[in-house]
Parts: sequence; C-alpha cells; structure tokens
Amino acid sequence: MDENTVALLSAGDEVLLSGIVYTARDQAHLRISVMMKDRETLPVDLKGQVIYYCGPTPPGDRVIGSCGPTTSSRMDAFTPMLLEAGVKGMIGKGRRSAAVIEAVKRRHGVYFLAPAGAGAYLSRRVTACGIAAFEDLGPEAIYRLKVEDFPLVVGIDCKGRYIYDKICN
Amino acid sequence: MTAREVKIAEIEKAVKALCVRANTVLRPDVLEALEEIHGKEKEGTLAKKMLGILLENAGIAAEERIPICQDTGMVTVFIEMGKDVVVRDGRLPDAVNRGVEQAYEEGCFRKSVVEDPLMRNNTGTNTPAVIHMDIVDGDTMAVSVIPKGFGSENKSRISMLDPTCGPERIIDFCVETVRIAGPDACPPYILGVGLGGTMESCAALAKKALLRPINEPNRKPHIAELERGIKERANALGIGIMGLGGGATVMGVNIEEAPTHIAGLPVAVNLSCHALRSGSAVI
Repeated sequence: MDENTVALLSAGDEVLLSGIVYTARDQAHLRISVMMKDRETLPVDLKGQVIYYCGPTPPGDRVIGSCGPTTSSRMDAFTPMLLEAGVKGMIGKGRRSAAVIEAVKRRHGVYFLAPAGAGAYLSRRVTACGIAAFEDLGPEAIYRLKVEDFPLVVGIDCKGRYIYDKICN
Repeated sequence: MTAREVKIAEIEKAVKALCVRANTVLRPDVLEALEEIHGKEKEGTLAKKMLGILLENAGIAAEERIPICQDTGMVTVFIEMGKDVVVRDGRLPDAVNRGVEQAYEEGCFRKSVVEDPLMRNNTGTNTPAVIHMDIVDGDTMAVSVIPKGFGSENKSRISMLDPTCGPERIIDFCVETVRIAGPDACPPYILGVGLGGTMESCAALAKKALLRPINEPNRKPHIAELERGIKERANALGIGIMGLGGGATVMGVNIEEAPTHIAGLPVAVNLSCHALRSGSAVI
C-alpha cells in the first residue's frame, strides 16, 4: 500500500481493498518481534505491506475457509515496532492503544476494521491463499492472501484520527 | 427400574453432528434477533450495512457448509445424564473428544486448542473439550455443545458481590462488563449470566445460560425482570455493531440462578459475540 493511497483515507471511510495482505496473529507477532530484536532477517519482507489479524479455518476444496478478523488489541504491544519496520497497514477488529494510534500517525500508516464475525462472507473476497511463513504455527502461520473488494472501514488514519473517538468512548 | 444401555459410538456420533451444525448453521433464535435488529436500524447507516453483511454471512455459511466464524472455538459440553443410563464400550469423555475431533477434521474447522497454556503447542484436534456433567432422573442423556470463540470469552468476568447487594449492583456489574468489552468482542452481544452457587459453579452456570433461546425469559419473574433491566441499560451504552453505534449493543440476556451461601452473591457474565453457536440432542 503506497503513501498516496494512505493519505487519501480518513477515519470512518468505507474502503474496498484489492491486492495482497499477510495474515499474522498472536504467535506470529511474538516470533517476528523476537527475530527483530535478534536482528534476524524476517521470512517475509513486510515493508509497505498490510497485515491482517486473522487465523482462517482450513480451506477444504475452497480457496480459503472462514476468514474474519481477530481482536486487534492483543497485537498492540507489537504494532509500533512493526510500523517502525515499514508495515503500512493493519486489518482487525476493535480498539487500539494510544501507543498504536501515535505510531500509525508517526509512520503514516492506516488501521482498518473488517466486518467482525463475518468470516464466511469475507472468504468470498479472497481469490488466492498460500503459506508465506511459520507453517509450524498451523492456524497462526503467516498466509499470503490475494483479496478483491475486501470491505473495510478506516479505523485510524495517517493523521491519527481514530474512529472510536467519535462514536464510542 | 432397569438400566438403559447407551453405546459410546452413539455419543460420539451425536457430539460430532452437534459440533458441525452449531458451527455452520446459526441458531434460529439468534438469526431472528439479528433480523429484527437489522430491520430496526436506520436506513443508510454503516451499522445497517454491517448487520446486512452478518445476515448474508449466515446464509453463505449454511449454504456452503463453512464456519459462520473462523474462530470455531473451544468446545464446552454439558451432559445431563439420566441415572438409569449405563454407558457401554468405553469412557464417556473419550467419546465426546472423538466426536469433537471428527467434527473439526471433517468439517474443516480451525483447531484452536493448545495443550499447555504457556508452551502453546496446538493439540491439532481441537480437543480436549470441557465437559460438565449432572446426574438427573430418567434413562436418557441430554447432550449440549457450545463451541465458543475466545474473542468474547476473553471479555467475560466474575465478581463475588456482597449478599446485601440488590439487583442494581448486579445490573451495574453486567453493564460494566459490556462497557469494558466495547467494540472488541463482536457486538451485538448476548450475555450468559450465572447468579449464585460457588465461584466456579457460577461461571459454569453463566455458560450454560447461553444454551437457552434468547427469546425465552427466565421462568422466575424477578429474574426475568433482571434480564430485561440488564438488556435495557446495556443497550443505552450505544456501542452497536463493530462499535459503529446504532440501537443494538446487546441482543439478549439469559440468567441462570442457583442456591448460594449466606455470605455471598456470585455473579458471572459469560459474554458471547453475535454468532452464538450451540446445539442440543437427547440420546
């Protein structure tokens, strides 16, 4: 996701995202943070990428199983570090910490909300899915997803405006 | 009274079928509540649109037999075992766990259970299930499964109130639980509330309360009134779906109560997301 696109987005905007996103949830975040502290090369170049907090169900004979967002706040402790490393956007559900909002603003990133609890619906907007890293983590592995018209709402924009400041304190 | 034999294989088959159905077909009472909320929401709002997506999601899941939500949960099983039932050919917990394992493998559900809370190694089978059993009269066994995701499980709370606390303090605690969860745990919520018992039985009661249809109030009028009171005040928080505001923060409140000690008034809230999944069968 490039700088110009991010600059166009405001908290509360509805967005249809098409392109590549990488899934990562609790254990992948923990592992990445340890690798970063140890100055190891990450298995996926996350510069300019969008991370989706998601652990999909197995695909069966489909592209992907059910694939909705998980609670973002559990990733708060790791997010500023990832933004500093070049991650551009995150997709999840729910609130973020003040430190995350500040880091999104500082790094000109974006945080999106995906429809929560609609994993079956969202699976139809994923056109390709493959393991990108940490296969041993099973449902918590990093998957590379190609999404098409993935329906999102901007939760935090690059100016640090936060959707829940307006509608849910 | 002669004992009635129930074979382990029958229990295994029932648990498997219940898990598959619960994860793919939304409960009719929950679907009805979502439709009602969607109908009442103001036209053109983001909340209305997202509620529409939830209804569409339920349709896709049932039609394609894929999970309503990717978090297919950790399975809790409640068994009401008739005293005249004799289980044959093996151990009851093994049958339950084999049923869960088969459902999660064949249904392509996510295996979300780790063997050790600190080592975090996935068991790969979504077992073990948590099993609660009561012995009741009769020669049948009632089995209920509730595969619950942890987004909302994480926001559940328990408090040991003073026995002199009245309904208002109970309402305060329940509403505070919803306020703390905010938009994070997939509102509109359903609250399973346990009242009384001991600390651990109160928590189990809160989960069991979620089995009851949400349009069916508690049989005791003063408890039913408490259910209404909690729902009304929680909805005044105005969180709404995904925290986008609108009328619906809580879809239902189910309380189950139990005898307790003179010194205490345990209250537990087992918070459920809008995709409350469960199923029951009698063997």
